[in-house]
Amino acid sequence: MSKKGFVVLLMVAVAVGLFPLFLSFNGGNQISDLGQHYVQNGVEETGAQNIVASIVVTYRGLDTLGEVTILFLVASIISFFLSIAKDDRMENRTLKSVTEVLTTSSQALVPIIITVGAYILVNGHLTPGGGFQGGAVIATGILLIFLANPKHQLNHTIIHWVESVSGMAFVAIGVLGVLMMDQGGFLSNKILSLGTPGELFSAGAIPLINVFLGLKVGTELSNVLGIYVESQNEK
Amino acid sequence: MDQYLGQVVLAIGFILAILGLYGLLSQKNLIKIILGFSIFTTGVNIVMVAIGYVKGGTAPIMDAEGNAVGVFVDPVPQALVLTSIVIGLGVTALMLAYVMKLYQDKKSLNINDYKDLKW
Repeated sequence: MSKKGFVVLLMVAVAVGLFPLFLSFNGGNQISDLGQHYVQNGVEETGAQNIVASIVVTYRGLDTLGEVTILFLVASIISFFLSIAKDDRMENRTLKSVTEVLTTSSQALVPIIITVGAYILVNGHLTPGGGFQGGAVIATGILLIFLANPKHQLNHTIIHWVESVSGMAFVAIGVLGVLMMDQGGFLSNKILSLGTPGELFSAGAIPLINVFLGLKVGTELSNVLGIYVESQNEK
Repeated sequence: MDQYLGQVVLAIGFILAILGLYGLLSQKNLIKIILGFSIFTTGVNIVMVAIGYVKGGTAPIMDAEGNAVGVFVDPVPQALVLTSIVIGLGVTALMLAYVMKLYQDKKSLNINDYKDLKW
């Protein structure tokens, strides 16, 4: 039997195996008990309107810390693997030419994209959004800069400083929750006043953590993009 | 249609996951294998979101007074998928970096040219 035929048979077997799962799914009649707890007590306990943000940043804050660590690991491994010789880095690479449309439109779009990213990450506890989403949008703006001008040089000093400072600030906020007694422990958001739900300065430390998360994710993704672009060479 | 929204989205997720797995196993080009992996991850994420769906539910975001507006979908799978998307992005970026390094080494993207780990 050919290899492709075997793969097709395997996929049919997987589909047959998944079909009972599909049949037993009742279309969602009620929310899980854990979700019910978060929906009923989330605003009272964390002060954040956006329940998903309160889960990601406060209830499961430790997982988010691990996630940020994985992203940092990815950025470090990529910069280790694709490290390039100094003389390849600068002007003597040949690259594909960029159209006029892209260069001109990027000048108009990049400030708007970065502003939208900052808005998304600052309002993460009120509206859909948060640190990861805002950081990803900011990195999209950086990607557009690179597409329009492949020889653009990122300022690595600033990137590394912003990345390290926001990462350390995230951990410091978590430790502050332990140091302040009966405030809920590591990564608690009650180190600041919970305030009135619905206002920009509410939900305790969630907006602060979101800003640091967004800066860290944004700079890390920009760093990865920068390494990819710098190691590009159309010989 | 509204009544079967959960089932439709679940079916789309399963189909995407199977298509991605097929691409992962049948393609020879390294970039296409990574694309298959990416489609597979997307399918699994859609399945997770579909499982948290509640009929007629809206996004789990309270109104200005902190009261629930109608029925909410389950927020836990959504938070889980948010994590999963970021990890998927990291894994994809890492695999692409490996492929760039492999290509610099052997100038080939065909997986059959890499037999170093084959026994």
